[in-house]
Amino acid sequence: MNPTLKKPRESVNLSELTQSTFPDEVLEKVLSLVQSHKDRNSASLVCKDWYNAERWTRTKLFIGNCYSVSPEIVARRFPKIKSVTLKGKPRFSDFNLVPENWGADIQAWLDVFAKVYPFLEELRLKRMAVSDESLEFLAKSFHGFKVLSLLSCDGFSTDGISSIAAHCKSLTELDIQENGMDDISGSWLSCFPDDFASLEVLNFASLNSEISIDALERLVSRCKSLRVLKVNRNVTLSQLQRLLVRAPQLIELGTGCFLPDLTSRQYAELESAFSNCKNLHTISGLWEATYRYLPVLYAACASLTFLNLSYATIRSGEFSKLLTHCPSLRRLWVLDTVKDEGLEAVGTSCPLLEELRVFPADPFEEDIVHGVTESGFVAVSAGCPKLQYVLYFCRQMTNAAVATIVRNCPDFTHFRLCIMNPGQPDYMTNEPMDEAFGAVVKTCKKLQRLSVSGLLTDLTFEYIGRYAKNLETLSVAFAGRSDWGMQCVLEGCSKLRKLEIRDCPFGNAALLSGLEKYESMRCLWMSACSVTMNGCRLLAQERPRLNVEVIKDENSDDSADKLYVYRSVAGPRRDAPPFVVTL
Amino acid sequence: MESIVAHQKDLNFKATELRLGLPGSEDQESDQEILSKNNNKRTLPQSAHDEEDCESKSSSDHHVKTPSVAKAQIVGWPPVRSNRKNNIQPKKTESETGMYVKVSMDGAPYLRKIDLKMYKCYPELLKALENMFKLTIGEYSEREGYKGSEFAPAYEDKDGDLMLVGDVPWEMFMSSCKRLRIMKGSEARGLGCGV
Repeated sequence: MNPTLKKPRESVNLSELTQSTFPDEVLEKVLSLVQSHKDRNSASLVCKDWYNAERWTRTKLFIGNCYSVSPEIVARRFPKIKSVTLKGKPRFSDFNLVPENWGADIQAWLDVFAKVYPFLEELRLKRMAVSDESLEFLAKSFHGFKVLSLLSCDGFSTDGISSIAAHCKSLTELDIQENGMDDISGSWLSCFPDDFASLEVLNFASLNSEISIDALERLVSRCKSLRVLKVNRNVTLSQLQRLLVRAPQLIELGTGCFLPDLTSRQYAELESAFSNCKNLHTISGLWEATYRYLPVLYAACASLTFLNLSYATIRSGEFSKLLTHCPSLRRLWVLDTVKDEGLEAVGTSCPLLEELRVFPADPFEEDIVHGVTESGFVAVSAGCPKLQYVLYFCRQMTNAAVATIVRNCPDFTHFRLCIMNPGQPDYMTNEPMDEAFGAVVKTCKKLQRLSVSGLLTDLTFEYIGRYAKNLETLSVAFAGRSDWGMQCVLEGCSKLRKLEIRDCPFGNAALLSGLEKYESMRCLWMSACSVTMNGCRLLAQERPRLNVEVIKDENSDDSADKLYVYRSVAGPRRDAPPFVVTL
Repeated sequence: MESIVAHQKDLNFKATELRLGLPGSEDQESDQEILSKNNNKRTLPQSAHDEEDCESKSSSDHHVKTPSVAKAQIVGWPPVRSNRKNNIQPKKTESETGMYVKVSMDGAPYLRKIDLKMYKCYPELLKALENMFKLTIGEYSEREGYKGSEFAPAYEDKDGDLMLVGDVPWEMFMSSCKRLRIMKGSEARGLGCGV
């Protein structure tokens, strides 16, 4: 807005407005309504006034890479933070590609937060290193603390959770998911004080130790606002029934073990408990669910939008029957034990489906021919035209099938296809899978995230660079022929933010072709490729605002075995372990 | 035989197929491709990378890591979180369920069942049997079986033979015992070396 711009006639008032100071209070009031951090980032770039108004009104902090900025810088800029989301390690650490003690320790952040944000209420961590001491420190430092979410973190035990339960008097959410933690005992649950009643979200599905079912029942009875309850597999069906009658208001339920062990009277009681849960939108858990007990769910399925069966090894028969009761399903996670027949049922029964994830029950079994194939995927696409998100693990695929799938579902935003045998071609034509992913990027204009697999030449990457103009995240493994492939992607995908590559023949030329690009990205990961230390050193020299880190395997040659590159305003890491070499 | 015939059928195909590849690389690749077509097996990763070696325009730094080991040994592949891998295993593994066998006693109206996994050695088992049936079995000796006892414990093994309890090591007994039978000492004379 140029204050000196003169518009003709009645616009005198307008130019007065633009010239005179727009009261800070009004600007702040308006900006405080802006929630999305991306919008806020844009707003802060408009001018100095907006930058200041924005920083004073931001209450939610999102940091996608904990090393891109330091806690001190954050504390200086944003004085009023109440909620923090932090992500740490590179995503491939989920698959054991990053050695232990790599970093991303939360304590350095907590030290600063305790001083600057004593009123911090929410902490959501993903792939961070969290110790029991840190959890205790957290519990004792922030008196109004409400929300703790730990996803894929490691380094803590149930002792740390005990500290949270014991000291966070205002806790509303405790969400522990898929962490590399020490499950010592279930006594943490009994650490909630007897008068504690504010819990709204409790998820301990991934903890395996036994908790006191009495303590849980009492907790559930007290917490009238409880809307999410996800228990672990030690909770039996009869125990679940007693929980459900105390919390019919639940919106999300994670059951315990579904092994049949009920009398017919107990079965009826359980069925009745489920039918009284009129607000259930999400069901998960269901370990060892079989055809015998799945029907207890039917009454609760009418308004179900998310069904997570990814821990239940059910077959197509009982799965199909269950689906006929779930017409409103939008998200479905399932194991490949349901096979193509099961997926055909999905196509028939779930026309509103937007997200499908099919996980492998036996990912490391090579010789058993089972699971799902391309036909299952095609069947789902035929019946579910609204599909936007798919994660599909399979052992065979064809180019033609994928072309059909994206013709049926052109609105994909997330397309993650994992053909489990590395470098496997189209099993009918024996050709590379280039045309499959070519079809995906040509047809799905809104594509944001893509994971490729199978036998792929550089042609796949030419297609991606040429057509995937909205692509933000790309995962590549065992693919490509030469540097040209990676160069196409770096040059063509203008919105690319995260690129992770493993076991591909991309080398220094490819790496250095992205010199102009990396500062506009969050990060680049390359492991078991053809990049050398020299190439990495060159990158580091040319781009001092990037952190170029290499983890070398034990051999002493020049290969940069694991490369992690990311932009940072905090400079090189000061806490890097000895095996991480910063160039 | 089958593969030779198929090879001959495919040879025509292969001969007219336009391919990029160094001369001499053909035979090796076509064999592997045919293998994959006929057996419906997945193409071995080697063949994929062989093609790459022939056709890639790589720099001198290029060295393709061929995964020559079994797929299960590729670190982090398929990309499934370890949490997810572990969580699907059934909670009750084989070691947790009992190993119940029927126990019959000559003259008793009905059989009983005991869980062999509750015991770590023969004396424990025999004591349990004595308690269950209110009888005494006595000492085992290799030469003379349960000499002097009113009753002798026997078992039916995998082959259906009636065997005297105590002859073989405990572990072997555990794995071969299908049912137990408590015989009257007088009948057991034939099993031992004389009572």
